[in-house]
Amino acid sequence: MRARPWMFTDFCREGKMIAAFYTASAVAIIATILMLTRVNAVHALLHLIVSLLAVAVILFDFGAPFAAALEVIIYAGAIMVLFVFVVMLLNLGEAAARAERALLKPSAWIGPSILTLILLAEFLWLLGHGVAPAVQVVSQGPVEVGMALFGPYMLGVELASMLLLAGLVAAYHLGTAKSPRSEATHASHS
Amino acid sequence: MLPIREGFIVAGILFTLGVVGVLVRRNLLFVLMSIEIMLNAAGLAFVIAGTRWGQPDGQVMFLFILAMAAAEVSVGLGLVLELYHQFKTLDTDAISRMKG
Amino acid sequence: MLGLLWLVPAIPFAGALWLAVVGPRLRERAVAVIGTGSIAAATIVSLLIGAQFLSSPPASGAYTQTLWTWVGVGTFQPGIAFYLDALSLVMVVVVTFVSFLIHLYSTEFMHGDEGYSRFFAYMNLFVASMVTLLLADNLLLLYLGWEGVGLCSYLLIGFWYKDTVNGIAGQKAFIVTRAGDTAMAVGLYLLFHNLGTLRIQDLMQAAHDHWAVGSPLAVAAGLLLLGGAVGKSAQLPLQTWLPDAMAGPTPTSALIHAATMVTAGVYLIARTHVVYELAPAAQFAVAMVGILTLLMAGCSALTQWDIKRVLAYSTISQIGYMFLALGVGAWGAAIFHFMTHAFFKALLFLASGIVIEALHHEHNIFRMGGLRKELPVAFWTFLAGGCALAGLPLITAGFYSKDLILWSTANSPIGGALLWVGGLIGVLFTSLYTFRLIFLVFFGDVKTPVSHRPGMTMGGPVMVLAALAIIGGFVKGSFETLMTTALPPFHEAGLGVSELVSSTVAGVAFALGLVVAWYIWVLHPALADQAVEFSGGRLLHRFWFSDWGMDWLYDRLLVRPLVWAATINKNDVIDSIYDGIAAVTTTFYRAASLTETGKLRWHAAWIAGGTVVTLAIVMLL
Repeated sequence: MRARPWMFTDFCREGKMIAAFYTASAVAIIATILMLTRVNAVHALLHLIVSLLAVAVILFDFGAPFAAALEVIIYAGAIMVLFVFVVMLLNLGEAAARAERALLKPSAWIGPSILTLILLAEFLWLLGHGVAPAVQVVSQGPVEVGMALFGPYMLGVELASMLLLAGLVAAYHLGTAKSPRSEATHASHS
Repeated sequence: MLPIREGFIVAGILFTLGVVGVLVRRNLLFVLMSIEIMLNAAGLAFVIAGTRWGQPDGQVMFLFILAMAAAEVSVGLGLVLELYHQFKTLDTDAISRMKG
Repeated sequence: MLGLLWLVPAIPFAGALWLAVVGPRLRERAVAVIGTGSIAAATIVSLLIGAQFLSSPPASGAYTQTLWTWVGVGTFQPGIAFYLDALSLVMVVVVTFVSFLIHLYSTEFMHGDEGYSRFFAYMNLFVASMVTLLLADNLLLLYLGWEGVGLCSYLLIGFWYKDTVNGIAGQKAFIVTRAGDTAMAVGLYLLFHNLGTLRIQDLMQAAHDHWAVGSPLAVAAGLLLLGGAVGKSAQLPLQTWLPDAMAGPTPTSALIHAATMVTAGVYLIARTHVVYELAPAAQFAVAMVGILTLLMAGCSALTQWDIKRVLAYSTISQIGYMFLALGVGAWGAAIFHFMTHAFFKALLFLASGIVIEALHHEHNIFRMGGLRKELPVAFWTFLAGGCALAGLPLITAGFYSKDLILWSTANSPIGGALLWVGGLIGVLFTSLYTFRLIFLVFFGDVKTPVSHRPGMTMGGPVMVLAALAIIGGFVKGSFETLMTTALPPFHEAGLGVSELVSSTVAGVAFALGLVVAWYIWVLHPALADQAVEFSGGRLLHRFWFSDWGMDWLYDRLLVRPLVWAATINKNDVIDSIYDGIAAVTTTFYRAASLTETGKLRWHAAWIAGGTVVTLAIVMLL
């Protein structure tokens, strides 16, 4: 693919990809905004999933099929399932939604919006300088990513595994500390 | 020829939207979701940067962020449950015991 | 046998430790056995060592025992080491023996006191410190003992601490002697800095080798050490603490403030005599301190009404004689007078303790009287002690030692006619105030009835001391021979007054004092009051009574300016800087803690704001 000469089919393909990028971007931003403004947690989660899937499309567009697949599987799959479980466990209901609506007054939006608009302006200004406007995409598949991960990033992988282990231990601890028996043993230990 | 700059701009917009969510929402669940958005946007920026230079390193960073997000969500949701058990609310302003 | 030397300080120290730890739980009898037993053991050991030392003296005339090195820093290697020669031997034997008698006496005197074990712990610690001071091989160890006896003196003066006056007296003793101790510490630095060692014998040798006669360094060292000596020995100008020190229990006064501790200064000067021989100016200063102190204290003793204060001033005066002897180069005579003085002054205090206890803790001699028949033991022993103090010719120890000092003063190149006459006037005063005391307390009419008579444990030591106060002087010849092994002999020069003449004149002065005292206080009791009637007489009386206004002077000169400065600086100018720093910090802390609202969104907003600012800086730079 790298050595192949530029052809018309490529142009058509590229046009589709650019269209896909803009569409996916619009979907991602709109879904995120909708997520932020929901009062019902389950609705918000659905919008969040849409947003994540749109980002997965963008990732695929930018030649990162492996990352896109993981985005779908882990973000939109595993992590969202966790959220759904928690929402179900909490069983928030209509009263919680009403309370949320009461909190989401327009006045609450003003300060943070101004602050983040400044932040966004700064981002845009910074990105507007020294960034190549467009580039030829060279796809980096799982092979290249795997070579990099278990080559120069070996230490990072180990650190990530330690982090996941710590997360596992912490989640286990938070999940079991509530039972009266374990609290009794805590008391006797301390 | 994909528009790299626009890609970054999308990542930036998503990130700031996440920030807005963290600042505006008082429900801890929404705060966590907003953080997911922010992390996701950062990962996107990494991948786009990697593509810009034709390197897999961007995806490697994305994987690390993914791992971190997974750990963060598992602990964060555990805390949400614990919090709801103790305070019967998810309002972050209600839990201000660390007031100086 | 000499190897047991370390036991002499170790046993009393162990006794003190034992009593301090378990004392309060012991019965009084057990405390008495431990407290007195440890001193008795130390006395026996020191007597055995003395016998060994005298029968087969070490070749060099001294025995050194090094236990271990105390501190080791470069060339600074002071050891826990003891040095025994004729000088320290005499001091140790006298100190332990007199201490033993006083401890024995205390077992009855302190009977029923709630601090019984505490008292004996202090006393044992005192003896341990004193013996350490005397046996120290180097000046640092000597300084340890020096401070140890200072501490014990403070503890014992303020022994009955529930009365504030006693506490203040203890503090006064501690602070006033501290002035002298500081001078001594500076002197030690000076010696170490210039001669590179603190071992006394090496130091003396080095001083002899490196310093010329009259060199400024030698004079400075001599004067600084003299400063320490006048503090501890209650000499001019630091004598003011001793009369107040009488607030302690009477055995304490006998032990510390008469017999032993206050002579530490005498010992120090005798120990470092080489420095004084190299510094005639400093030695002359010693003589001047001695003569002035003995005259001033003699005058003051004449006016006191408290029996113990009379004795306190007589102590100051007698130590003045010792300083005079040191100053004129009669080293042996000073130590000889130390020994006899230890016997008769301990005796006088113990006998006065009997009187005080017999009369319900009455200290005023004008309310005593006629005790001659009521308390025969106290009377006869007090008479013996008084005669020794005043120097009754030929039969008392005090006569021999004081006579030796007077004769040496007359015939010394440093002394001379003036000092000799001063010493003789001192004899007259001594005789006057001693017999004034005896006549007022033991003669005349009974004014306060006797309620309590002493038992054998109080009477016994007093009688032993009385015997020693009489016969202690007969060893003069052999004592002088012994002293020449440790101290340089006396160089005769000057007036050429023969011993017979000197003794006769001293005897006449004694007799004159006795007769005048008899005339005033027995035949014409109103005469003394009439003398005070005149304004001049009253003024003189007040002046002498207040110790020549020294306390007043120090109060105005030192205490009040200090208190004044302290009052001004009550809020501490320097402190306000640190308070200010603390206040600013607190303000910032309050401001910073306001930002800690505990609200998650608030903190997140700060983080976002911080990001904005950081990015803005990146953009602008």
